Amino acid sequence: MIMAPIADVSSRVNHTDSWRIQKPIIDYSKCIRCMICWKFCPDACIDVVDGGAIAAPSERTLKMEAPVIDMDYCKGCGICANECPEKCIEMVLDEKGED
Amino acid sequence: MPFSIPEEELMEPGHTACHGCGATLAMRYVLKGMGEKTVVSVPAACWAVIPGAMPNRTLKVPMVYTPFAATGAVISGLRGSLDIQGKSDYNVVGFAGDGGTADIGLQSLSGAMERGHNVFYIMYDNEAYMNTGVQRSGSTPFGAETTTTPVGKERNFKKQQKKIVADLMIAQGVPYVATATIAYPEDLIRKIGNAKKISGPKFIQILAPCPTGWYYPPEKSVEVSRQAVQSGIFPLFEYINGSIKVTKPSKPISVREYVSGQKRFAHLDDNDIEKIQNTVNKRMRYLLSMEKEGIFVLPAQ
Repeated sequence: MIMAPIADVSSRVNHTDSWRIQKPIIDYSKCIRCMICWKFCPDACIDVVDGGAIAAPSERTLKMEAPVIDMDYCKGCGICANECPEKCIEMVLDEKGED
Repeated sequence: MPFSIPEEELMEPGHTACHGCGATLAMRYVLKGMGEKTVVSVPAACWAVIPGAMPNRTLKVPMVYTPFAATGAVISGLRGSLDIQGKSDYNVVGFAGDGGTADIGLQSLSGAMERGHNVFYIMYDNEAYMNTGVQRSGSTPFGAETTTTPVGKERNFKKQQKKIVADLMIAQGVPYVATATIAYPEDLIRKIGNAKKISGPKFIQILAPCPTGWYYPPEKSVEVSRQAVQSGIFPLFEYINGSIKVTKPSKPISVREYVSGQKRFAHLDDNDIEKIQNTVNKRMRYLLSMEKEGIFVLPAQ
């Protein structure tokens, strides 16, 4: 018996990409896969994927899982770029119609 | 790379928090520490609007909305109800802002802690009523500008000191009290793990910086909360049954460095900053002496 209104639609239906002014671009050739960007993302929109096909600074890092930012949800706050120890995330102006 | 915090994600993207919100990070880490078997209760707060409009939810665990002053009462009831159903392994978490903890919800929090239910109360402290437009709360620090303590020709910034709810909870005899920030998620999740081992009320105060209300660029959220710990403005400690353990900052910075990054402190002159620095030093000395001597509170029966 349901006695109160229940919200049961995941907020994934809200694409928050239109909130963005800047977007983060990861330079995978410098990324050491430390996952600090994933750890500090307030939107939990950085996925951890098998990064075999993406560039990497060394053979060893090429085999590791890599962070991939889900651009449907990224609001462009820039915490990932600010916290990245290798400074390999760059915030660039996100022009309309692109991506 | 092995992850330093649990990989399981119980908060989904698409929520409506501001850019660079500290409170969403607090919830994300708390749920990572608690695990799936958790019920969260949220009063009127930023977190009441972050999941979005009616059919939406952003947490994968049940979240109960409560009246502003009732978080303590609701978590007591949830605990009793789950115990009767034989679900004693579920964690009951009250997740309230500083207004809903230090001001409006203080009596129901104090009541729930005194009755000794096996619950968690998490206070995410963004140091003002951010959801309604940055009004001063009891937890706003000395010197801060808010919309109800505006600074113009007259310097009407907040003249009173911050009410530290973690200290009130220690004085009341709560068996587990800790402070944490979003800049150190490993520490936060370890503290939740320690708290889980204790059967009884648990209180954790998490500093959650707010770019909208503290007036700093959104990318600095984690940096600002790290500076709050390094400058001693928000000392990290863990109190378990009479003994307190203080985390001393490894790279101390001055209060001046902390306040210079936030526009809410832009009007402070050298005297004010000196005053804050003195208070911070005294509080750190007090905490360290407590660490040495222990704290006496009435023992639980």
